[in-house]
Amino acid sequence: MLDSVVRINDLHKSFDDLVVLDGVSLNVEVGQNMVVFGRSGTGKSVLLKCLMRLMLPDSGEIFIQNINVLNLDGKELNELRKDIGFLFQGSALYDSMTVRENLEFPLIRNFNLEQDEMNKRVHRVLEAVDLTEAIDKMPSELSGGMRKRIGLARSIITEPKLMLYDEPTTGLDPITSKEISTLIVDLQNAFKMTSIIVTHDVLCAKIIADCAIVLDDGHIVHEGTIEELLTAEDPFLKNFFSDEVIKNNGRN
Amino acid sequence: MQLQNDKIFAPTQQRLISFFDTLAGLFIFSIRFFKEIFLPPYEVVEIRKHMIELGMKTLPIVGVTGFIIGLVMTMQLQPVLQRFGAEAFLPGSIGITIVRELGPVITALIFAGRVSSGIGAELGSMRVTEQIDAMEVSGVNPFRLLVVTRVFATTFILPILTVYVIFISLIGSYIAVVLVQNMTWEYFIGRIIFSVEFADAVPGILKTFVFGFIIGIVGAYLGFNAKNGTEGVGRASTTSVVISSLLILIFDMVLVKLTLWLWPNVR
Repeated sequence: MLDSVVRINDLHKSFDDLVVLDGVSLNVEVGQNMVVFGRSGTGKSVLLKCLMRLMLPDSGEIFIQNINVLNLDGKELNELRKDIGFLFQGSALYDSMTVRENLEFPLIRNFNLEQDEMNKRVHRVLEAVDLTEAIDKMPSELSGGMRKRIGLARSIITEPKLMLYDEPTTGLDPITSKEISTLIVDLQNAFKMTSIIVTHDVLCAKIIADCAIVLDDGHIVHEGTIEELLTAEDPFLKNFFSDEVIKNNGRN
Repeated sequence: MQLQNDKIFAPTQQRLISFFDTLAGLFIFSIRFFKEIFLPPYEVVEIRKHMIELGMKTLPIVGVTGFIIGLVMTMQLQPVLQRFGAEAFLPGSIGITIVRELGPVITALIFAGRVSSGIGAELGSMRVTEQIDAMEVSGVNPFRLLVVTRVFATTFILPILTVYVIFISLIGSYIAVVLVQNMTWEYFIGRIIFSVEFADAVPGILKTFVFGFIIGIVGAYLGFNAKNGTEGVGRASTTSVVISSLLILIFDMVLVKLTLWLWPNVR
């Protein structure tokens, strides 16, 4: 059996009376790429934010690389975060910094690297996302797809062992969306990362994922491979994937 | 009748609750600031960058305001003193008023309008576009990098701006004087130096450290905790001006009373 990179036990999170996560438990093993599906507002992004401890759950346990995230102090948490990459829905590039400064930011702040080594890493990730020409541009000069790529480059520059993607293809046209999905797979193969991907995009999931879970009403209602979920007879899954499948068939 | 009362008082009550809620949050945020300020890493480069940026951004507007205030105040006061045959007291009274009260408060209010809203909007926009979260996941403490540096910069740049405004106001005042009577710059400044005592100047400048802190912390608090997208950014920006201006006036009142208690000889 493979080791777990992420283990979540009985996670609960509510906002006032609204229960978002109601006893979620899951395991993500080394090298696995897990997609999290679910309708809007079912707590997919909240799950990712709890994993990074950007939000505190009401109860439950979260282990990343066998470390209980919820028991860490600030310094220990920052150490752990160096091993985790996070691609935000809107890329979250720092507006006041150039692409180069955005990419150097996590390195300057966390690693004691020589300028040469930093330059090498910056060029390596920019080549990986095929955007070397954007190095001195400001984020406002980039298109949505380019911003996503730079966001991706920034999250892998520290060579994380675990990557979390919050809707990596949202707001992109189908072609760019497919390019980003393929890029994510290529980077995962190149950097040997484990991933959790929150998305609505079935095509993206088909390209990236080894397995998937579906969240509804704060619970994991289904678990399996993408193909299993897409061909399942369950009415909820049929309803959930019907529109997406039609859209993706159209794209293909 | 009851329904009508509810319509009138409920929003006011809601606003009051929200105001005190903000004040409580601000207090806790300030305590966090004082805890974090002593912890490494010390962001000296960022602090220096913000001090230069904020100082340069506000220098022209506070300069023009200070000049006009000095000029207009002298134009208003001169005929009054002339009526009582007390024209000789003009430089002294202008000097005391500007150094003790008008210079610090006017500078702080202009600075609040320019800087507190700017900090609120900047941090608010970083919050709603998840840039602050991105810093956090990069293993960087965003409070120390974004809040501590800005609040430190506003606290220490405002006293410098106040000294500059006082000087510019006195130039404005002198120009107003020479337009109507013959007085040399040396005599004008000499009278001010003779009239303005240490106990006038020091509390006046010292209180601007408090005003600078208020301006920085209010903008940073509202921006750092902004919610609801661009609407939240706009609200953080405007509310920070309102709250910081109000707090400046309240603290001015308290500090004037405190000054008079500490230096009872000040008249």
